[in-house]
Amino acid sequence: MSVLLILIALILLSIAVWQVTKIFELSQKKPVNTQIATPRDNDIQGKLLVAFLVFLYLLTIYSFWAYNDVLLPQSASEHGVEYDRLMWLTYVIIFIVQIITQALLHYFSYRFRGKDPNRKASYLAENDRLEFWWTVIPVIVLAGIILYGLYTWTEIMTVEENEDALIVELYAQQFNWKARYAGKDGQLGDANVRFLQDFGGLNLVGIDATDPNGMDDVVVTELHLPVNREVIFKMRSQDVLHSAYMPHFRAQMNTVPGMITEFAYTPTITTVEMRQDPVIVDKVEKINQLREAKSQELMAQGEFPLDPYEFDYLLLCNKICGASHYNMQMKIIVETEEEFQNWLDQQPTFAQTIQ
Amino acid sequence: MSPHSEENNHEEHHHHKETFITKYIFSQDHKMISKQYLITGLFMGIIGIGMSLLFRLQLAWPEKPFWIFKVMLGKWAEDGVMDPNAYLSLITIHGTIMVFFVLTAGLSGTFSNLLIPLQIGARDMASGFLNMLSYWLFFISSVIMVASLFVEAGPASAGWTIYPPLSALPQSIPGSGMGMTLWLLSMAVFIASSLLAALNYVVTIINLRTKGMSMSRLPLTIWAFLVTAIIGIVSFPVLLSAALLLLMDRSFGTSFFLSDIFIQGEVLHYQGGSPVLYEHLFWFLGHPEVYIVILPALGITSEIIATNSRKPIFGYRAMIASLLAIAFLSTIVWGHHMFISGMNPFLGSVFTFTTLLIAIPSAVKAFNYISTLWKGNLQFNPAMLFSIGLVSTFISGGLTGIILGDSTLDINVHDTYFVVAHFHLVMGISALYGLFAGVYHWFPKMFGRMMNKTLGYVHFWITVVSAYLIFYPMHFVGMAGLPRRYYTNTAFPYFDDLADINVFISVAAIIGGLAQLIFLYNFIHSMFYGKKTVQNPWRSNTLEWTAPIKHYHGNWLGKIPHVHRWAYDYSNPQHQEDFVPQNVPLKKEEKVLHH
Repeated sequence: MSVLLILIALILLSIAVWQVTKIFELSQKKPVNTQIATPRDNDIQGKLLVAFLVFLYLLTIYSFWAYNDVLLPQSASEHGVEYDRLMWLTYVIIFIVQIITQALLHYFSYRFRGKDPNRKASYLAENDRLEFWWTVIPVIVLAGIILYGLYTWTEIMTVEENEDALIVELYAQQFNWKARYAGKDGQLGDANVRFLQDFGGLNLVGIDATDPNGMDDVVVTELHLPVNREVIFKMRSQDVLHSAYMPHFRAQMNTVPGMITEFAYTPTITTVEMRQDPVIVDKVEKINQLREAKSQELMAQGEFPLDPYEFDYLLLCNKICGASHYNMQMKIIVETEEEFQNWLDQQPTFAQTIQ
Repeated sequence: MSPHSEENNHEEHHHHKETFITKYIFSQDHKMISKQYLITGLFMGIIGIGMSLLFRLQLAWPEKPFWIFKVMLGKWAEDGVMDPNAYLSLITIHGTIMVFFVLTAGLSGTFSNLLIPLQIGARDMASGFLNMLSYWLFFISSVIMVASLFVEAGPASAGWTIYPPLSALPQSIPGSGMGMTLWLLSMAVFIASSLLAALNYVVTIINLRTKGMSMSRLPLTIWAFLVTAIIGIVSFPVLLSAALLLLMDRSFGTSFFLSDIFIQGEVLHYQGGSPVLYEHLFWFLGHPEVYIVILPALGITSEIIATNSRKPIFGYRAMIASLLAIAFLSTIVWGHHMFISGMNPFLGSVFTFTTLLIAIPSAVKAFNYISTLWKGNLQFNPAMLFSIGLVSTFISGGLTGIILGDSTLDINVHDTYFVVAHFHLVMGISALYGLFAGVYHWFPKMFGRMMNKTLGYVHFWITVVSAYLIFYPMHFVGMAGLPRRYYTNTAFPYFDDLADINVFISVAAIIGGLAQLIFLYNFIHSMFYGKKTVQNPWRSNTLEWTAPIKHYHGNWLGKIPHVHRWAYDYSNPQHQEDFVPQNVPLKKEEKVLHH
């Protein structure tokens, strides 16, 4: 309802602006209106453009001030620290360029507004030296960004199998995620969608029952990861494209039916530790206030209140995949190696499941 | 045909009999076709923008009933609550309509048609018949696209990029049934239309320039249309092939894009295809498409900024060079949409490199626009304001492209609202400003009347302010990690604190959307009741303003004007007036200061 009121107010406001200018025009002695900008128009619009520059700067400052607390917390993965550094460096460069170019654009608009119909503009058409510099400077800056970016990219994307790494299969389907651990032998069994119907639907990710490597595999719906150990994700999808997006770890990779995609990272902060991070504490508190208010509303309507929120790492689907795309998620729990092993030992293996 | 053969003796053009049908419907006159493109484009624009307002309502007030949903969506909003599939359909068709129907056909179709013959001094397009055909194919494809909204299972809803398998399997989403078939059909017809149009543009520009109109005297608008047409010819056929292969997978059981699929309790027979192949084919058009959208807008802006600054465009040759560089690079950067698609990471490095290179010619363009303003005598007509607005959003949106084009940084912002904010600013809003600028500037040429400038100012200010209010905060939603194409973010309590921003963005969007009614009113009203225009209202140099206000098939009543100078002789110190049209011969002892 409030929006409707705002809208009506705005429509009325525009009508008012229009009417006032109309009256103003009519009150002028010569009602010659060719609909071409007059020196007076140029003066007003030039000033408005410089006011717009101020608006743009204020909007930037306001956004950073007001929305600072929705941004992602510190990275919970090793490479993510490097990622964040590159991101902030790029932001700094972008902001410098943005501030300067917008200032020049709007200030020149104001400074050279056509107040005086008799003034003639300068016949300045080119300047090779300027063209040279504003080509070369972006080249140098971009070369820096490209080199730094490519170095980081190679670091992140080079997945080398090694003894210590934990291999986890992420399995996507409309509209949920599953994870498969290799079990004691450290080897994932072969799998294919053809085997999904085996064992009366108990073969959740289509493990090939003839492959001995697969018998001790563990399939779960909650992703547990040991802290400070590299995790190599092997990703599959059984139906359409999905994307495994783990924003807190600065990690994302599409899952593609018919192929296995890979991404690897090392988690560095356990869930318990992250819950104590001041940024997360503030965020959770704010979210819970919002939920509390919502719950009051719901209870007033005779519905159930919302559960209070507690922070958890998330795996989200980030490639449009159908009606419930918006709710395709899996909880990620980062814990100590010991906790992880205890948890894993309690999960039934594939062999146990199909018995 | 030699470049200057269409010189004179074309009197018969405006003597042949015109009936209502040949004049207004199956017209072969480029000026009429241009108006047809514009009006069809605006109509599609109303649908496209209207859809965005509907889904913005849902995003701000998730799962709340609105009577407007009931009215507009019918069975897709029982009790007034929007269905998730309807949401996906809305974003899909919004994207498709805005990118292809409004900003490709509506923008390029309108102004290429209007300006190419008039600015190069030609009687009409090289083939009036092909030109007519291209409009009517566009019209048919629009009709099919709109018709797809009314099929039983709903229109296409796999996103405007229609990645298979989602777009290939009706089992995966209802919109991939009849709705998707119509989408593909509509796009196939659309592509045929764009190709016919583009070929016509290229041939006309190369062959039908009037005497004296060398390539180095061409207005930058024409350069932009030429380069755009070439990009279209190179890349659109690839989309057609992708659409046809997808159609084969859907209907004839082939496996180009599909493999190893289990859906709805059934293993499908597809073996050996790859969705990544589709992504390559799609983006081989999809990325150049961005430039097909933005280059005409930049061309229009070049012309309008020079005219209204009363100054030559700064760095004419650098502007052409950067156009060509952008065109070339645009065909080798498509992989930056696919950094995390599962393609080889080494390719990611290559595409990062080529993508960030594109920032260089883009930066050169922005700097040249800014320098054109310097020491000008700026005339702030609405067209000029929208052109400045375009440069502003082109910079703001272009800069975040440096983040998205960097494969590393793309990992965590890929497919989030950060991307949505980026491309809406850099190509959506910028190109839309180009469209508005063009309409305000060439309205007198099209309809012989002026648009109301006061309404133009009101339209401009509400639009620019709301556009930034929409898309600036949206970057933060993306940086918070919220994926795009989510029906609601309420499934994740983690994102609960985004509720305020979402409401803010939606209110700004509704204001900005409704402000377009001002433009629409101004447009329609001025068409019939606007002030009659004078011959050359903006005191511009280009040839279209030497043609009579009343339209004749053949453009000029007598001989076609000859060209004696470049298009940017504004404030030439050797002349009294601050503009010297291209058809004015050099004075005795006048020196050619540029070109």
